[in-house]
Parts: sequence; structure tokens; C-alpha cells
Amino acid sequence: MKSKTKIAALLNEPGCDHNHKKDKDKNKSCKQQAKPGSAQGGCAFDGASITLVPITDAAHLVHGPIACGGNSWGSRGSLSSGPTLYKTGFTTDLSENDIIFGGEKKLYKAIARVIKEYKPAAVFVYSTCVTALIGDDIDAVCQAATNKFNKPVIPVHSAGFVGSKNLGNRLAGESLLEHVIGTAEPEYTTDYDINLIGEYNIAGEMWNVLPLFEKLGIRVLAKMTGDACYEEIATAHRAKLNVVICSKALINVARKMEERYGIPYIEESFYGIEDINKCLRDIAAKLGDENLQTKVEQLIAFETAKLDRILAPYRARLKNKRMVLYTGGVKSWSIISAAKDLGMDVVATSTRKSTEEDKARIKDLLGKDGIALEKGGATEILKVIEKTNADLLVAGGRNQYTALKARIPFLDINQERHHPYAGYSGLVEMAKEIDEALYSPIWEQVRSIAPWEKDLETREEIRTQKRLDSRSEEAIGQRY
Amino acid sequence: MTTIATPRKSLSVKPLKLSQPFGASLAFLGLKGTMPLFHGSQGCTAFAKVLLVRHFREAIPLATTAMTEVSTILGGEDNIEQAILTLIEKNNPEIIGLLTTGLTETRGDDMKGILKVFRDRHPELASLPIIFVSTPDYKGAAEDGYAATVEQIVAYDYQPSTSSIASNHNIASVHTQPQITILAGSLLSPGDVREIKEIVKAFGFHPLVLPDLSESLDGHLRDEKYSGVSCGGTSLEDLTRLSDSIFTVAIGESMRSAAETLKTKFGIEYRLFPRLAGLEAVDQFIWQLAQLATQGSDPHFISHPRVPEKFDRSRRQLQDAILDTHFYFGRKKVCLALEPDLLYQTSWLLHEMGAIIQGAVTTTKSPILAELPLDNVTIGDLSDIEEMAVGADLLITNSHGKDIAKKLGIPLYRMGYPIFDRLGNGQKCAIGYRGTMQFLFDVGNIFLEREEEQIDP
Repeated sequence: MKSKTKIAALLNEPGCDHNHKKDKDKNKSCKQQAKPGSAQGGCAFDGASITLVPITDAAHLVHGPIACGGNSWGSRGSLSSGPTLYKTGFTTDLSENDIIFGGEKKLYKAIARVIKEYKPAAVFVYSTCVTALIGDDIDAVCQAATNKFNKPVIPVHSAGFVGSKNLGNRLAGESLLEHVIGTAEPEYTTDYDINLIGEYNIAGEMWNVLPLFEKLGIRVLAKMTGDACYEEIATAHRAKLNVVICSKALINVARKMEERYGIPYIEESFYGIEDINKCLRDIAAKLGDENLQTKVEQLIAFETAKLDRILAPYRARLKNKRMVLYTGGVKSWSIISAAKDLGMDVVATSTRKSTEEDKARIKDLLGKDGIALEKGGATEILKVIEKTNADLLVAGGRNQYTALKARIPFLDINQERHHPYAGYSGLVEMAKEIDEALYSPIWEQVRSIAPWEKDLETREEIRTQKRLDSRSEEAIGQRY
Repeated sequence: MTTIATPRKSLSVKPLKLSQPFGASLAFLGLKGTMPLFHGSQGCTAFAKVLLVRHFREAIPLATTAMTEVSTILGGEDNIEQAILTLIEKNNPEIIGLLTTGLTETRGDDMKGILKVFRDRHPELASLPIIFVSTPDYKGAAEDGYAATVEQIVAYDYQPSTSSIASNHNIASVHTQPQITILAGSLLSPGDVREIKEIVKAFGFHPLVLPDLSESLDGHLRDEKYSGVSCGGTSLEDLTRLSDSIFTVAIGESMRSAAETLKTKFGIEYRLFPRLAGLEAVDQFIWQLAQLATQGSDPHFISHPRVPEKFDRSRRQLQDAILDTHFYFGRKKVCLALEPDLLYQTSWLLHEMGAIIQGAVTTTKSPILAELPLDNVTIGDLSDIEEMAVGADLLITNSHGKDIAKKLGIPLYRMGYPIFDRLGNGQKCAIGYRGTMQFLFDVGNIFLEREEEQIDP
């Protein structure tokens, strides 16, 4: 089991703004414990998988009962440009006997078989609640397997009960820091080498952005971890700059790489014109090259002009349409700026998982009438949609049916979605999707009531009217 | 007789099995106004929820006791109490389905003790049924969790509340028809359950279906915008009237223990139908209903068991469909990876059509596995079926089979859980005369298309 102090240190990650506030009561969102009965999120194992499974040429072996690996494999939207091994679910599928006698031997044999039959670049071994509870020493097993098979076998201490998905992201980051980053040297380096941290290539999002870097002559040395190979992450310590994308979740990796290797980091977002422009400008400024900065300005001018042309018809149709945004962390403001680029009004957004800094930005972007949703849950969302008379809900897949069942147009913004929204071209994709959602011919149909119900209503109205009429006639009669 | 292979493997590759709590929560979702509550870490609930949401494309109510490292060490009773009280406050469920997970079973929480303490501390909640079922992740599979849950649901002693006694009188006058309990196994989709209800009603019976997924997960819009608990299904009222049934029909071998429980508890006889697809299997079911209907009639008049005309028609249609499709099924080699009951139903249907079952993989032990129409079945994973399916004409399993089918260059017909790349899983019906016919057309069309492609590439 991971030592208590380590978990506490990760929860208090100084790079995370949640922990910057002096007022101790106000910065609890990282440390917040899930509430029995109302908690809805994933566990630390879920978070660790989100972060590491996108490494495409590695095998991901879940050491636990079938629920952890069996119920979750193959359900994530990270895409690969090459290897597909990451999509194969591996688990030790613990039985009652393993729990009584311990699962270490089984784990060792499982690792041996994975390496022999599937020839992965590395094996990530995830511990789960049950294996943590029975005290399997996965560090020792992984070490023994590494020595025996001469292949990196990396333990990930992701027992679900240690905390939330967010903590799981960080625990996965710790595994990368301890066992992967700095274990190999790149073939060559350039002055324009960067790492992308916290971008998982959901729906191929990263592929919207990589061509931009290519045009600018910026090399992405290591992607953490969308569409990544194991080897590139091992060389990440040679980059000149870390770019943390849209997430506080892996900030511990960026901060510790700064400590260890002196690599500075910046926090950026790929959503919306303003943010992607800012991201490119910041990278150029940090890499400290005037020539690059000029190139960035040229690219921005070209891309924004092109985008304005393409977006014009959509902007006309989306203008002043009202959006309620329900998501976590950085996205709670980065999507607002994307929405503004399309001329839409964000009338409410969630701030449950946001840092104070996020909240300040949200306030700026929303204006005085915007609603900041502090509380979560389906009923709250529906209430606010009704109150603001919103046209559209933008949220994670989990809330898709909250919106649809209430006959409200919906756009999926989280993990399982199928459309990439990052970068300049992503904004066009988003405009298309929102346009489709709002102007679909189906809304009238799903909101319509059956003719016989309408008939009943009309009859009821006539009856009430008659009753009123007769009453007033009576009243008139009484008067005379 | 089929030999069952259970290779002792240290590694499961491309798992087929889903855990017991997944099956248990599915069963609970067939009870109206219910909140299934997982006693485990939040991930246990989150993963099951994602699977169900993506399969059915519905909002799925599931809750967690959100166990942490500390509460695991100290024991889960506080978390259980807090979770139940929070659910009552926020969601107001009529029934709570409490189930364990690998985490809390390994820890060894004394659930009976915890529930007793809870009951003592909260006499005001005495009328709220909390149905408990033990479903460790490290034993069995979804079918076992589902079956164990149905067994606990029928074993529970429901106290008719005063309001339900009062309304009982009203409803008794409405329900003049004799009631039959239908135990609907996990091989049945909501669409299947709906078909069964229609059939049973046509014989003049009132079907009390347990669990009734056709009311909660069939995919329908409601007037109210949101429901925090299961929006339909077997009601608490129904559950208090289980003893009124004249007969139990259990569908799927896994429903046997629940049927036995009803027999012991209320003395109600049952008949178990291990499957409801295929001409003969449906004939048996229809004939049983016809005989039951005659039993209920006045003994002074001699009457022969009668079957509503529409079934005669659909039976003839099915026979015609069998004729039309048999060209495409004959000698086709099929591999299946499904849970025991669904495997039994589907492989027999294919066998009866002249197809050859080339290989079969399943998730858990079941007596029905000994009676499959093939020599060997393996309790294993999808990498096992991948080996068996080389040279086959068709693979039948869940959506995870997609990459395997692609690699082997054979078509995939999706069955089981989860199916996340096909629409309409809540409505699909593959049982009864009509459902069998639809299945034959769907699969027959796959074979037909392949044949035409091969003739005219």
C-alpha cells in the first residue's frame, strides 16, 4: 500500500491552485472526500487508467478482481496512430483463493505471459483496492519481473479507495516520474523540444494541434500520454519546456520535472481561438526566440482569418444562443471562451471542481448575469436550464441522458466523445456539432403531445370556459 | 453431454466476464423506484454505471457508499448509514438494493449485523425495504449476481403498509385475472420481457414480472424531466402480492433458486424454461400457458386448452421464416462467447437451424452448460474465443468482439453486455415466435450478404 505521507503530499500538491489559498477551509476541493450516497465520480484506479492507458505500445495489466479491469477495459476514447496493444484488456481476475493465499505469484506469472505473448514496450501494473487490502507487494513483483525479463514493469499504486479520479491521475504521474521519465535518451534534441502533459488524444484531438507545432518547427518530444509510445516518455526529461494542457491533474509531473531537470512549465488550453493563440504565443516566448515569435504571429494571422471565413455562417446561426456548461476544472472556463468565439452566451457554468483562479476567470468571462453552479447533480442542472431558458447543455457523457430525457439539446465534452474540439479546426467541429444539435428537426417531434392528449386538453379548456361562463351568467342573473 | 473446461489461468486477456455487482444492479433496476447501492469504493459504481448508460442509452441511477482507505480499515457501517440516509433525503427511493463488492467482501464487513444496527437506530424507516445481496467481485459473474439478487428479492419479507392494504381492496377488484409470476432471467432484454408480458396477458393472466426491465430500461420518454431512482418496474405493491400467484414461470436456468424459494415460501409450483427462442421452446411455453388457462376455468364445463389465434399465425410465420432462412444457416460455423443462459438459448437455436457450433466460451459455472449442443465449452475470456474462431463464419458476443472479428475477417453479431456500438438495445427482442423470427432474419441477412460478396466481389 502506498505510504500515507505520499498520498498526503500529492493531495497537497503545491503546483495546484486548490492548495494556494491561505484560508484553509476554502481549498478543500482536492482533499474533499467522496460523500456516501451522493458521490458520482470514478476512483483513483479510474484516474490512473485515464492517464496511463493512452500509452499505446504498453500493456496495461490490472491486478484485481474482474470488476476493475473487466468492467472498464476498452471504454476510453484515446486514439492511436500506430500500436493498438493498449486497447487489449489484461487482468489477473483474482479469485477467492488468490485473496486467501495472496496474488503475488499469479501476478508474476501474468506479467511473464504478457511479455512473452504480446511483446509490449513496457508493462504497467495497476494495484486495486483488493490487492492493496490483502497486502500484495506489487513493487517487489514488478522489480523481480523487470530484472528477470529485462523489460520495464512499472507499478502503479492506484487502489480505488485512496481517493478520487483526480488523485489517480497524480498517482499515475508519480509512476511516470519514478520509473519512466529520464530512463532513456532521445536520438537527438533541438532547441524547440516541448512535452505536452495532460492531453490524452480523446477523439484524436491532439492531431488537430500537432500540425500547428510542426509548421512552427516546434518538436513535441513526449506526449503525456495521448498517442504516446513508452520510449518517448522515457526521454521527456530532455525537453526545453513542459506545456500542461487543460488540467491540473498532472501538475505534479510538471512541477517535479522543473525541480529535477530544470524544465519550466506553462499551463495552457487548446479550446477557443483566444486560448490557442495564447498557447502558441506563450510557447514561443518561453522558448525565447524572436524568429519563432514572428512565425507564431504569422500563423495566428493566417489561421484566424481562415477560421473567420469558415465560421461566419455558423456564427450567424449560433449568435446569442444560450448554453449551460457543466464540467470540471479548467474546461469550466476554457469552453466559455470557445463559446464566445462562436457568439454564444454561456448563461451558467459549474465551479465545483474549479480553483479560485479558475473561478476568477469564470467571473470575468461570464459577466454579471452568468450563474456559477456550486452544487452538482442532475436536478440542479435541469433547474438552472429552466431558469435561464437555455438552448443547450454542454457536459460530460454522464449527463447526456439528463438533458435528452428532458428534451434538451446536448453536446458531449468529456472523455467518451467522438468529436475533437481542440485547436482551430476543432472549433469548426464544435460549431458544426452545436449547430446540428440546436437546429435538428427532431426537437418539435419529441416535445409534441399526442393528438388525443391535445384533444383532451382542448375539451377540458372548453369545459372550464363553459363553467366560468355559466357562473358569470348566474351571477348576472342573481344581480337582476 | 458437454465437457466444461475451466483452465486455471493466471492472466485474463480481453475479459468477457462482468462482475456480480453489475448483474445485481441490473436486476435491481427492474424494480420500480429503486436505488441500487454499491458498498464499495466509488469506482465500483462508476464503472457499472458507465457500462449500463452506454448499453441502454439511458440515465441510470446507481449509488455508492464511497469507501475510503480509512473507512475500509475501520469498517463500513458509518458509510452505509450515511449513504442510506442521504439517498432517502435526496432521492426518496421506495426500495434500496444494497450489494457488496470485492473490496468490502475482502474486508469482511458483517452486513447482517450492520443492517440490524441500522434498523434499530432508525425505527422510522422500518417500512423501507433494504434488500441485501452478497456479490463479491472475485466470485462468479454478472449472471450469478443477477440471480442472487432475484433470489433475495423474493426471499424478502415485505410488510404491506397500511396504505397498500387499503388500496389492495381497490386493486383486488381490478385484478380479477389470475396472476402468474414470471422470473425473468438475465438472458432477457427489456424488449424480450415486454414480449413475454404480451403473450401471458393474451391468455387472460396478469403477469407479475420480476424483475421487470421492460418498464424501466425499454427507452421511453416520460412527462417528468428527471427521475433519481429507477423509473419503472416491479412495484413494491406487486412484491407484497407475490403470494397471490397461481404459478411461477422461471426463464433461464439461473432463475431456478428463486423459483424454489417461491415454492418453499408460498407453496407455488413452477416450471423452468431454460430458453424461449426456437420453435419448440416457444411451443412449450405457449402450451403451458394454455393448460394453465384451462385449469382456471369452470370444472363443470369440459374445455380444451385454447391458444389465441394470433399465436397460431405467428407460429406459421416463424415456420415460413425457418424455411426461407435455412439455406443460409445450414452448416455455417458459429462461435459464441456469452453468459451461460444466453449461450444455451442462442446455441440451441443455431443448432436447430443446421448451423455448427464451432466453439463456445462462457463466464461462470452453471448446470445448463452440460447440455449445450457441442462437445466442449470453456469458462474463459475473449482471447479464448479468438483462438477457436479461426475459420468460423460468424462470431456472437458483446461489443468487445469487434476487433477480434475484424482481425479474423468474420462478421460479428452483438449479444450480451455491453453493446455500445449498436442502437436499440432496450427494444431488441429475440424470444417468442416473433423474436425468434427477427433473430433469424438479422443473422440470416449477415450470412446472405457474405455469400453475395463472395460470389460477386
